[in-house]
Amino acid sequence: MSVTYLSDTEQHSAILLHNVATGYDNHVLFSELSLQIPAGGMIGIIGPTASGKTTLLKTILGMQPVLTGCVQINGHAINALPSGTIGYVPQLESIDWHFPVTVEEVIMMGLYTNGRIWPWLSKTERQAIHDLAHRLGVEDCLRQHIGEISGGQRQRTFLARALISNPRLLILDEPTSGIDIKTQHDVLHLLADIHRAGTTVVLTTHDLNAVASHLPWVICFNRGIVAQGRPHDVFTNEILSLTYGGSITIVKHKGRLLVANSHPLHFDRIHHH
Amino acid sequence: MEFLLEPLHYEFFRRGLLAAFLIGISSGLVGVYVVLRGMSYVGHGLSHAAVGGAVIGFALNLDFYVGACAMGLLAILIIHKITHNQKIKLDAAIGIVTTAIFALGVAIINKLRNFKQNFEATLFGNILGITDQDLIMIGFVTLMTLITLFFTYRSLLFATFDSEAAQIFGIHTESVQLLFSLLLTLTIIASLNVIGVTMVAATLIAPAMTARMLTDSFSRMIIYSMGVGAITGITGMYMSYILDIASGSTVVLFSATLFSLSLFIKSPRHSG
Repeated sequence: MSVTYLSDTEQHSAILLHNVATGYDNHVLFSELSLQIPAGGMIGIIGPTASGKTTLLKTILGMQPVLTGCVQINGHAINALPSGTIGYVPQLESIDWHFPVTVEEVIMMGLYTNGRIWPWLSKTERQAIHDLAHRLGVEDCLRQHIGEISGGQRQRTFLARALISNPRLLILDEPTSGIDIKTQHDVLHLLADIHRAGTTVVLTTHDLNAVASHLPWVICFNRGIVAQGRPHDVFTNEILSLTYGGSITIVKHKGRLLVANSHPLHFDRIHHH
Repeated sequence: MEFLLEPLHYEFFRRGLLAAFLIGISSGLVGVYVVLRGMSYVGHGLSHAAVGGAVIGFALNLDFYVGACAMGLLAILIIHKITHNQKIKLDAAIGIVTTAIFALGVAIINKLRNFKQNFEATLFGNILGITDQDLIMIGFVTLMTLITLFFTYRSLLFATFDSEAAQIFGIHTESVQLLFSLLLTLTIIASLNVIGVTMVAATLIAPAMTARMLTDSFSRMIIYSMGVGAITGITGMYMSYILDIASGSTVVLFSATLFSLSLFIKSPRHSG
C-alpha cells in the first residue's frame, strides 16, 4: 500500500491534532487521533455516514469538546486564534432558506471579524463584497433573497461569506451535497482556484468520484484515520472496503479513477419478485 | 381632524400616546429577533413571570418595576441555565419557570387578604394609568434597546441566522443570547402597564410578522417592523380613547388587522 503520511512532511502545519479524543456524555467517538495537515494543502475527508467526519471538523473548529490531546491551528491553540483565521462553510441543509436575508447580507456576516460595529457597510466593505461576488459569480444576485437563487449560487454565497475576511484556512462541510454534477464540478474548480491562491482547503464529502478527479489529497475516515494519501494511492478496494465496510469497485480509465458499489441493485430482479 | 387633536388636550392621553409610540418602536425592533429566533413563547412566558414578580414585590413593599425586573431576569437566568442540559428544551423550561413564578404571585394574592393593589392595568393595559415613572422606564428601555441592538446588529444577525457558524467566526453566541434575553425581558416589563400581560406577546410578534410579509431583507424588516409598531401604538391609543376600550386590546386588534392585510400583499420575491 503506497500511502504517505502527512506527518512525515516538514511543512508548516495548518492543522495539527495530537492524540485527540473526543465524544459526548462519556461516549468517546474517536481517540488517539493524530493528524497533520500542511499549510497550503487541499484535502478531502471521506467516510460513510456517522463515521465522525463532521465531528472531526467540529473538533478542528473548536466546536467539539476535546477530552484528551491538543488541537492547533496555524500553531495556535483553537481558543487563542486571531479572528478571521478560519473560514467555514456549513452543510447547506442546515440553513433556513426562508430567513429574510439577501445574498449581500449573508456575505456581510463574514465581515464580523473585522471589528466594525456600525450596522451598515462601509465603502471599502461594499467594494470588497462586490469584488468577491464578481470573482465567485454571484454579483448579479447580491440584492436577491437567499431562497430564490440556485444551489450553485447558494454554495458560492456561503463560500463568499467564508472568504470575505481572507482566511488562511477554509473548512467546508459537504460542499458537494445537494447540487448537480455540473455545479459540483464548478464548485470544486473554484475551491482549487482558492487553494492555488494560497488558502488551505479542507472539506468533507460523500462524492468519491469528485475527490478522485479534483483533490490532490484524501483522508479516509471511519472513527479514526483508515488511510491518507493521493487518491490514486488510497482508492483501492482494500482501503475503501475498510473505510466503508463493504465491497467497492474501482475502475481506472484513461488515467482517471471511477468508484462504484460492487453490489448494485438489480431492478429486473426486484420487478420479478 | 378635530377628533385627532381633541384627545391631545389631556395630559394622560399625551403620556399614553408617547408610551405607546416608544413601546411600538422597541417591541417592533426586539420582535424581529423574537420571531426569527422562534422565541414567541418566551415573550408570553416572561410577561407572566414579570407579573408574578410584581406581586411578590408588592408583598415585600418593593416598587412594581423592581419586583417585575428581578423575577423576569431571574427567570431568564434560570431558563438559560437549565436549557444547557440538552434534555430540557427551551419551551419546556419556559413553561415550568415562568408559570411557577406567576403561580407564586397568584398564591400571594390569595394568601394576603389585605392585598389592595389593582392589577387590571397590568393584565389588560390602561392609558389612564401611565405615570411619570412608567414613562421614564419606557423611555430608558427604548433608548437602551435601540443603542444595544444598533451596536450588536452584525453579531445578532449572524447568531440569529446561523448560530454555529457565528460561533466559529468568533461571536460569543451565548453572551449574545443572554444580552438579547435581558433586553426582551426589559421591553416586556416596560410594556406591561400600557399593553397588559395578556397581550404583550402579540405586540412583539405582529409588527415583525407584518414586516416579514413586506420584505425579504433583514435590514428592511427591522425598519418596517419598528414603523409598524409605532403606527400600531399610536392608532391603538386613539382607538382606546375613542372606543373606550382597554389600550392593550385596541393595540393588538389593530396590529392583527395590519398583519391580516399584509397577507394579501405579495412579497417582492413572489411578485412580478
